[in-house]
Amino acid sequence: MTTFLGMPTTAPRGVGNLRGDEPFPAAARKALGNAQLRRNLGHATTTIRAKSGAVIGELPDWQELRTAGSALKADTMARLPELLVQLEEKVTAAGGVVHWAADANEANRIVTELVQATGHDRVIKVKSMATQEIGLNEALEAAGIEPVETDLAELIVQLGHDKPSHILVPAIHRNRAEIREIFLREMPGVDPALTDEPVILAGAARRYLRETFLSTKVAVSGANFAIAETGTLAVLESEGNGRMCLTLPETLITVMGIEKLVPTWQDLEVFLQLLPRASTGERMNPYTSMWTGVTPGDGPQNFHLVLLDNGRSAVLADEVGRQALHCIRCSACLNVCPVYERTGGHAYGSVYPGPIGAVLSPQLTGVEDNASLPYASSLCGACFDACPVKIDIPSILVHLRNEVPHPRAEQAVMASAAYTMDHPKLYAAAQHAAKLSRFSGRRLPPPFNGWTASRDLPEPPPETFRDWWAKR
Amino acid sequence: MRIALFVTCLADTMFPAAAKATVRLLERLGHEVVFPAGQTCCGQMHINTGYQKDALPLVRRHVRTFAPYDVVVAPSGSCVGSVRHQHAMVARAAGDEGLAARAEDVAGRTYELSELLVDVLGVEDVGAYYPHRVTYHPTCHSLRMIRVGDKPQRLLRHVRGLELVELPAAEQCCGFGGTFALKNADTSTAMLADKMRHVLGTGAEVCTAGDSSCLMHIGGGLSRLDAGVRTVHLAEILAATEAA
Amino acid sequence: MSSKDLMLGRIRAALGDTAPPAGIPRDYRGDRVADLDLLVHRLEDYRAVVHRGVPIAETVAALAPAPLVVPPGIDPAWLPDGVKVLPDEGLSADTLAVAGGVLTAATVAVAETGTIVLDGSPDQGRRIISLLPDLHICVVRADQVVASVPEALTRLDPGRPLTWISGPSATSDIELNRVEGVHGPRRLHVILTEALS
Ligand code: SF4
Repeated sequence: MTTFLGMPTTAPRGVGNLRGDEPFPAAARKALGNAQLRRNLGHATTTIRAKSGAVIGELPDWQELRTAGSALKADTMARLPELLVQLEEKVTAAGGVVHWAADANEANRIVTELVQATGHDRVIKVKSMATQEIGLNEALEAAGIEPVETDLAELIVQLGHDKPSHILVPAIHRNRAEIREIFLREMPGVDPALTDEPVILAGAARRYLRETFLSTKVAVSGANFAIAETGTLAVLESEGNGRMCLTLPETLITVMGIEKLVPTWQDLEVFLQLLPRASTGERMNPYTSMWTGVTPGDGPQNFHLVLLDNGRSAVLADEVGRQALHCIRCSACLNVCPVYERTGGHAYGSVYPGPIGAVLSPQLTGVEDNASLPYASSLCGACFDACPVKIDIPSILVHLRNEVPHPRAEQAVMASAAYTMDHPKLYAAAQHAAKLSRFSGRRLPPPFNGWTASRDLPEPPPETFRDWWAKR
Repeated sequence: MRIALFVTCLADTMFPAAAKATVRLLERLGHEVVFPAGQTCCGQMHINTGYQKDALPLVRRHVRTFAPYDVVVAPSGSCVGSVRHQHAMVARAAGDEGLAARAEDVAGRTYELSELLVDVLGVEDVGAYYPHRVTYHPTCHSLRMIRVGDKPQRLLRHVRGLELVELPAAEQCCGFGGTFALKNADTSTAMLADKMRHVLGTGAEVCTAGDSSCLMHIGGGLSRLDAGVRTVHLAEILAATEAA
Repeated sequence: MSSKDLMLGRIRAALGDTAPPAGIPRDYRGDRVADLDLLVHRLEDYRAVVHRGVPIAETVAALAPAPLVVPPGIDPAWLPDGVKVLPDEGLSADTLAVAGGVLTAATVAVAETGTIVLDGSPDQGRRIISLLPDLHICVVRADQVVASVPEALTRLDPGRPLTWISGPSATSDIELNRVEGVHGPRRLHVILTEALS
């Protein structure tokens, strides 16, 4: 028995960004009222779907790559303990220091203390979902350390005092005109003649961050992949802010969820083909940095790797739900999701929005804390088809719906419906009762008024099929 | 061929026209249709709403009812999807391996209407006549769960008098999703609004699909708008003839 | 109990007797012959400028970057006369940031994706030198070009710091449209030469 070492545990409350303030339907209702948001999201997701579809179409072996990616992740999860230990050995042998963080609080404390030990009070950050998940920025600020987000979309979010709404493009809910306004209002030293041309806006971010890159001694990053066999870490990015953070500072601290492991160097050949095409719709993203420990004379001479659990072991304990840990954070499932496209990411309450968020967040926190998310889907299945590692999100959603606490009234309705349908005579009687009631005015009382607010119900037919059949 | 009709609870109760059309069509093609008594509902609503345990007796009933038949047809991609992809899972979750095996066996002989026609019976021209401008909505479960592909369109293209017009963004969900339409009514309505905009943009008189549920949703919205576009099940179009 | 033991214990408890899959189906493509024309097309598609079959020093001279940063192991034959050259012997970030450009070799180039990979060898230098100058001129030999990602990985040493570059710095963060020019070099020129004989 190994359970004496503790059972899998969900992410703690009171820290991090995995729980929303209100249930999905209420948050979605507000978002749906924002026409600008709908237009921005519709435009952006349509663009990325077309781009991604085109470059995926160039690969005749896309399905074979997906199959391999899926199997590699299943293999990784099944062998996670040995692979993590192997990674630690390799990173340590290459001059890095590995830390284990059981939850968000521990990870925040480790990173804060590591920064404090350098004597510096500012860090530059490469976009990282894991650090957003644990609320690292808030923890650093509380300790008097300034975190500077360097990814353009993160910068837009940070300057706009906003929240991220997409895994890959956290400011996807903003259009160019809104970004220009945020820059004009919040970016010190910005050219007042700034236009809303994307090239001009990108140039403004370049000028604004340049001095910070050159003078900051500590960086915090996430990781897209970690190779157990070699101890190599990989960060995929576009702008070069990642290269800046991974190359210029003296100290680099990487925070990584334990599921980011890949067994061997060769295995990267699958993920490096899947991720850029599914994610930004590029054959390859502009920059990928790979490093193993410390390279004397090149890049940061102090490297720390923080391995984060924060509920992942609880996800792993669920045989159906654990495939959510296969996610490589490409965001393809968000980009094809008809629900996400209309509500945007904030409605999901967690840093992980969209279809993957709807299955990952409730598992990380325990379903009670995100009980509405498994229902935030029409089960249309577009996410499953888009996912480069073939995560069967609809099946996980259906599975999790069995675990959430159900409203009492609904339980009663469902139980009696099942009983009726298991008794054909009762069933036929119920059919006739429905026919006779003739829902007057075609508007129903709650909870069915959700339907009749915007749609008519069909007139019940004069006779059911089985009556007709019986008379034949 | 002797074909057992799995009518589905929705078609039985609310849309018998689609079920009757299925019978007429198959009989016209020279097949014998039987209606196994004792069938009610596949349990999909329970399963998809998180009431898998309540669905277990329904799965058991469905498997018992259809086990004696070689070929089962349903005029619904969604219910066939549930039979194929969920019944064995429900049985397994309840620890009943025997039921799971029987469920898989029945699922292997259960077809959605367009699958039955094209794959099993080998017909694409069913001899139908339907002189209308029609657009086809490929429902999510037909498209992505059981992957009927372009079989419905192939059948529709052979219908005399029918003008098939392409539906923009056809593969996007109409927003029905079973209890999703109740639990997330606002989001569902927003999805429906876009679907209706696309349907109306085609100038079609009729919007068809292989699922009464999605048609009820789209049709309910169109009716509220008084849009003048009707929703008609694929089976009804394929059953229509010049004589009728 | 250490956090390491705690986490490993939790993971083991979560996995129970989960077995790894029997094997990894690797039915995707590999072991193909590189197509140089494809590399050129893919580089240009992502806004890199390609010079093919031209004298290196003259091409560098025509781009006229001054001063020109070079790694310590650069081939002296590539250096044009009359251009101020700054060999990297630990140049400061501030010096690099105002340099006119940098000239490096490469380790591997991937035709299908339009990618060049640098591995910090003496003719490629520290990562910082190809990052801060606004113009990166990279010399790629034909025998360094591989067809696709799998072939590239077999040629690379994971122990070295690797930088995979596909076009100039870019972002898709504004309305998900790709625009060039953020923090990395805004101009990427690739000089494609014959194989070493
Ligand atoms: S679940 Fe799949 S599609 Fe969604 S972000 Fe993760 S890898 Fe991408």
